[in-house]
Amino acid sequence: MKRIYSILVENRAGVLCKTAGLFWRRCFNIDSITVGETQDKEVSSMVIVSSGDERTLEQIEKQLNKKLDVIKVKTFDESESINRELLLVKIKYNRGNRRDIMDNCQIMGARIVDMSRSQMMIEMCDTPERVAIFLDALKSVSIVEITRTGILAMTKCNETV
Amino acid sequence: MNGADAMVKCLAAEGVEYVFGYPGVAICPFYDSILQTEIHTVLIRQEQCAAHAASGYARISGKVGVAVVTSGPGATNLITGIATAFADSIPLVCITGQVDSKMMGSDVFQEADISGACESFVKYSYIVRNAADIPRIVKEAFYIANTGRRGPVLIDLPIDVQQQTIRHFSYPESVNLRTYKPTVTGHAVQIKKVITQLERAKRPIICVGGGVHLSGAAAEVIRFIEKNDIPAVSTMMGLSAIPTEHPLFYGMVGNNGKPYGNRAMNNADMVIMVGARVADRSISQPDLIMENKILVHIDVDPAEIGKNAGPTIPLVGDIKHVFEEFNKIDFKADYTDWIDQLDGYKDDARDAKRRRMFQREEEILAHQKDLTGINPVQFIRQLSLAMKEDAVYVADVGQNQMWSCSNYVARGGRFMTSGGMGTMGYALPAAMGAKVAAPGRQVVGVCGDGGFQMTMQELATISQYNIPVKLVILKNTVLGLVRQYQHYNYKDRYSVIDLGSKPDLSLIAQAYGIGYLRLDNSLKTDSTLAAFLAEDKSMILEVDVDRDELC
Repeated sequence: MKRIYSILVENRAGVLCKTAGLFWRRCFNIDSITVGETQDKEVSSMVIVSSGDERTLEQIEKQLNKKLDVIKVKTFDESESINRELLLVKIKYNRGNRRDIMDNCQIMGARIVDMSRSQMMIEMCDTPERVAIFLDALKSVSIVEITRTGILAMTKCNETV
Repeated sequence: MNGADAMVKCLAAEGVEYVFGYPGVAICPFYDSILQTEIHTVLIRQEQCAAHAASGYARISGKVGVAVVTSGPGATNLITGIATAFADSIPLVCITGQVDSKMMGSDVFQEADISGACESFVKYSYIVRNAADIPRIVKEAFYIANTGRRGPVLIDLPIDVQQQTIRHFSYPESVNLRTYKPTVTGHAVQIKKVITQLERAKRPIICVGGGVHLSGAAAEVIRFIEKNDIPAVSTMMGLSAIPTEHPLFYGMVGNNGKPYGNRAMNNADMVIMVGARVADRSISQPDLIMENKILVHIDVDPAEIGKNAGPTIPLVGDIKHVFEEFNKIDFKADYTDWIDQLDGYKDDARDAKRRRMFQREEEILAHQKDLTGINPVQFIRQLSLAMKEDAVYVADVGQNQMWSCSNYVARGGRFMTSGGMGTMGYALPAAMGAKVAAPGRQVVGVCGDGGFQMTMQELATISQYNIPVKLVILKNTVLGLVRQYQHYNYKDRYSVIDLGSKPDLSLIAQAYGIGYLRLDNSLKTDSTLAAFLAEDKSMILEVDVDRDELC
């Protein structure tokens, strides 16, 4: 089972290390982890995607709550949230496949953000599934480098707040 | 005023009476400032023991134990002690000196990333960057250590921060931590649910763990079981919360526990775990205690509930508070049949034990078994009966611990041991800390000759500071518990367990100026114990135990 943990933490030195260290020590998986600022500069936001059985997923939440740098933990499934991932991919192209690549980009809503005579860099920001589909479509071309941010997630808008 | 002055002022404001530690350059400003205060210092002989002594002190006083050591090796030596305290949820504040903060990260002399190294054994850790933060940090550290689930807190204090000038000093009266608000009060609905289940249950049992000691709730728990005639068992960490001979007490559970205690757990229809982790030593198959049972789990740490077994009724709260609430509620239930059944188990087990003891003697007499020396099972019983009723008994780790926990007779005293981490060498320094906390109480440490040699340098400390600790050394010249394991699991193929017969403990005692007695004849046990315990002064009792004795 997959679960997303959206965590607000105190923006202090070593917090990322302490939080990630918890996963290491307790043998929890980290599928992806992203860290960034929030509107409050004393607070950082972490989004960790993890997987495991029900008891493990519950333990992760409880152990995170126990950490003294953790302000709040929200946990949800992918279906309850809007999920985005940013992909940068550098590929080699030639005259033969250039058109194809551009078509793929257009279909999938990706953007070419840099290019040289033999290489181009494509950016895509979408759900993890669509990022995967796009990468699959690029299989026939020679990929030089890939980097992905991991999932950023936020629960869907709700009238009752 | 500098940072170090502020630090010792904060400790004084927290009511700290004793600091166990070992100075070095990086903590010298602190040890200079402490001379201005009333705080007593104890120079231990190896840093690990500073944490153990502070832990013994904390367990007996209920206050936070304080250990202060220098940077680098001083700090890394402390780690085993911190981890031991963490595993048993003992409140400590450990202060480590650190190199100049401008040099941190450049691997200078005696630099160690101690907060990084300790991350998984501390409840929280601080690196102080600014001397002005010291009052807030110390206030928070003591609060964090001694509330909720207790545990060690580390403060890493660079030398330049200790030397930094502070203009205004004021010690905060309260803490303001938005991320830390432990649940103390048990939820009323959950409390009601437990009582409702107790009314329905036919065979309930209460299992007390170390949390009962930490919460200081033994009296409330005993009142509850007596008021409602509910039988109880204990984990090793919970021993001595309920007197051994209490009619409703059915011994320790677990792989070294009483067979009748385990039978009681297995046959109960409702188990109430109180401040116990449901850990592997006491409950080997957590899933089984769920079978055909209502499981209630009461703990101050929500993460413990459901970690090893999912309870029917989780109840987060401080045990003392929860049982005070329980005691306010009157309900009707009759468990007489169940208690009769449990008494039957107890009689069966006692008969079996008597038969075993008898058989052992017979075999020795008939030369089928070649056991010389003192029978540790009988000895521990006699020792605990000879001790004062309120005495503190500190068991080390190994066979001596197993013999201790299953034969110690609690009569209002306190039993303590390194249960979670199983740190050999714990007994002597922890006993030292306990005696410092309660000079009026008799404190007896019990260890083997292996564990003794891990921390025997502390004999110098108890001798120098005149801390009268009694130390029993069950000497069998081997690492008994490992040997026993190799006996069962490796068919007597013994590897690296022989300690040899050295050192000569009488000479060791003499060297440190400590009294010494030896017991090798069971007929003399009573008279030797009387002499051993007679005066309030340090004494070593060497007890000859055959290496073939099993526990």
